[in-house]
Amino acid sequence: MNDAQTIAVEVIGIEQVTPLIKHFKLAPIGGGTLPVFSGGSHIIVVMQGAARVHRNPYSLLGSPKELDTYEIGVRRMEESRGGSHFMHDTIEVGSRLEIAHPVNLFGLDKIARKHLLIAGGIGITPFLGQLEDLHGGGVPYELHYSVRSAEHAAFLERLRRREGERLHMYYDSEGLFIPFQTLLANQPLGTHVYVCGPAGMIQHVIDTAHACGWPDSHIHWEQFSAPPVGDAFEVFLARSKISVHVPPDRSLLESIEAAGVEVPYLCRGGVCGFCHTRVLELEGKLLHNDHFLSDADKAKAKSIMPCVSRAHCRRLVLDL
Amino acid sequence: MNMSAVFKPHETFRDDFSYRNSPHAIRRFPLPFPEDSYMYSVNIEPHLPGPPGSVVQFAFDVDEHYVAECRERAIVLAAEPLRYQALPHMLSSQWDCLELIMESLARDYPAHFSLSKQGNRWHWINRPLGIDQHFTFGDTTTLPREPLDYITRQAQGDFVVMDQREGDLWAEAGMVTTQADWSMDFDLGMTFKEWHGPVPLAHELQVFDRALKFLLNLRLGQPVRRLNWTMTIHPRLDTSPENYPKWGPDRAAVTAQNAGDLVHLRVELQGLWRLPRSNAIVFGIRCYLISLRELATVPKWARRVHRVLRDLHPALVDYKGLTRYRDAAVAWLAPFDDGAPTTAGTAPE
Repeated sequence: MNDAQTIAVEVIGIEQVTPLIKHFKLAPIGGGTLPVFSGGSHIIVVMQGAARVHRNPYSLLGSPKELDTYEIGVRRMEESRGGSHFMHDTIEVGSRLEIAHPVNLFGLDKIARKHLLIAGGIGITPFLGQLEDLHGGGVPYELHYSVRSAEHAAFLERLRRREGERLHMYYDSEGLFIPFQTLLANQPLGTHVYVCGPAGMIQHVIDTAHACGWPDSHIHWEQFSAPPVGDAFEVFLARSKISVHVPPDRSLLESIEAAGVEVPYLCRGGVCGFCHTRVLELEGKLLHNDHFLSDADKAKAKSIMPCVSRAHCRRLVLDL
Repeated sequence: MNMSAVFKPHETFRDDFSYRNSPHAIRRFPLPFPEDSYMYSVNIEPHLPGPPGSVVQFAFDVDEHYVAECRERAIVLAAEPLRYQALPHMLSSQWDCLELIMESLARDYPAHFSLSKQGNRWHWINRPLGIDQHFTFGDTTTLPREPLDYITRQAQGDFVVMDQREGDLWAEAGMVTTQADWSMDFDLGMTFKEWHGPVPLAHELQVFDRALKFLLNLRLGQPVRRLNWTMTIHPRLDTSPENYPKWGPDRAAVTAQNAGDLVHLRVELQGLWRLPRSNAIVFGIRCYLISLRELATVPKWARRVHRVLRDLHPALVDYKGLTRYRDAAVAWLAPFDDGAPTTAGTAPE
């Protein structure tokens, strides 16, 4: 995609829902409705900062049936390169933003016999949209939601009101943790598990599910990586015949875009594989941070996801 | 409007085969050969509005054959109801399809179709077919048929809806009555590569690996299209495997003398849309038929189609079912090919 295909929105509501998470309501400028979406979808929010443009993915957490507004939850990241800080510190009611059409990389499986949803912290956000799809659907589901402490439990009131006994809360502060082993070992055949949260939690759910005999097709997870900061490096774009400098606080993709070269992308979080780019020459090593390439492909160093990955190199030539 | 021609409600695609293209329809025919030779490619492009009057001016092309094609579909369905099928988990995608088609037709052909909404209470008018329907969006009991069945009986072309899961696309609903020798009944529930299993050469070229990867990332609001083609004897829309005994033998009747009237180039304008509520993909396969005689009224096209058929890869000749009559078609076209070069692109000149 590129920014010509974005939708102009205005921030019409902001609520601080936990010490770290703000809840934003976005409405289309000039009225009307926003595109229909399915639960688990995210949008890319394009933020025009003073020095640079931020493009961050955020899950849609409102009802796909109410399209006057979109809702997103933004956690203030400690090591932010600016996007979440920009949303928290600069955006106010009345601010204008650009958003891309929704994309769903975390959809519910429509032939599942049961849905087991596992959320950690800000990882609750994609489930809020999915729950709207599950209501009245006749397929059993349960939500297990783990937070540091009660004050960090974003959207808890909404969840309690709508989910009742399907909601299972776990507070680290009270020594309550999701019993992954028991939970995953005791599900009916045909159950699908969905997990979103910290990297360690996702990996633990995947490993535990595998150990319990779950097939890969029944394990779903989503984790948007923020592009990590790193050392500066240079990249040469073979087809464009230009050299691009990648500074420490800017991603490879952002740097290439800033140089005027368009790279197709969808998620900007290392998930979808859309920005997959061929590496033509490399002296040094690639620092892969995506969830798309297999370990074997990462080791081959023949391709890179410029949205989140970097390089530590003397020379890097990309097929762009 | 892109129709300078009026509907021809009485033309037929069976028995006496009275289907013909008007001169206007010939000029806008979507020739699938930009060059004088043909091989597979992943020829996918954004489904953006094309030039006024072209078959890609709008999301769905409604042309002079609209009423007759809808009647042909009803004839097929009356005899073989299983040409429409949908698995239970595809219901939300059915409503997505109904919305896409109704909104597109009402927006692009306001003289023929209109759609008004008050919340979930919708009112649909299809003037060419004389339909006036009030219903509640999302409530199947308020329509005479399932939503996909209902709306695709009012559309030209076949529709297959693919659910996306496990990193694959599953053909799990569809209305297929104008197909080139494949069957929804047979393919229902198949994955993308299973469905395309019979296609020769393309697997080796990794066409389907790349196409699948592309489609899994197809975006809302950014549909894509491609052209595909084969040939059919008589302007017969329903060349289904179920009815092979009815149309298969026709191929033995082609001679170098009658090929101009019997042999038709069959072009599929394939469109792919991501659907919003279901995250499924609808695959529209719109069939255009033109006889070699109609085609030859455009000199450039006669030269080009002659060369494409003459030099076609043997595996494609077999797969497209042309083996019995390719030589006759080439012989019929040969007098139109003086060897002069053709201009690039598909425009009639």
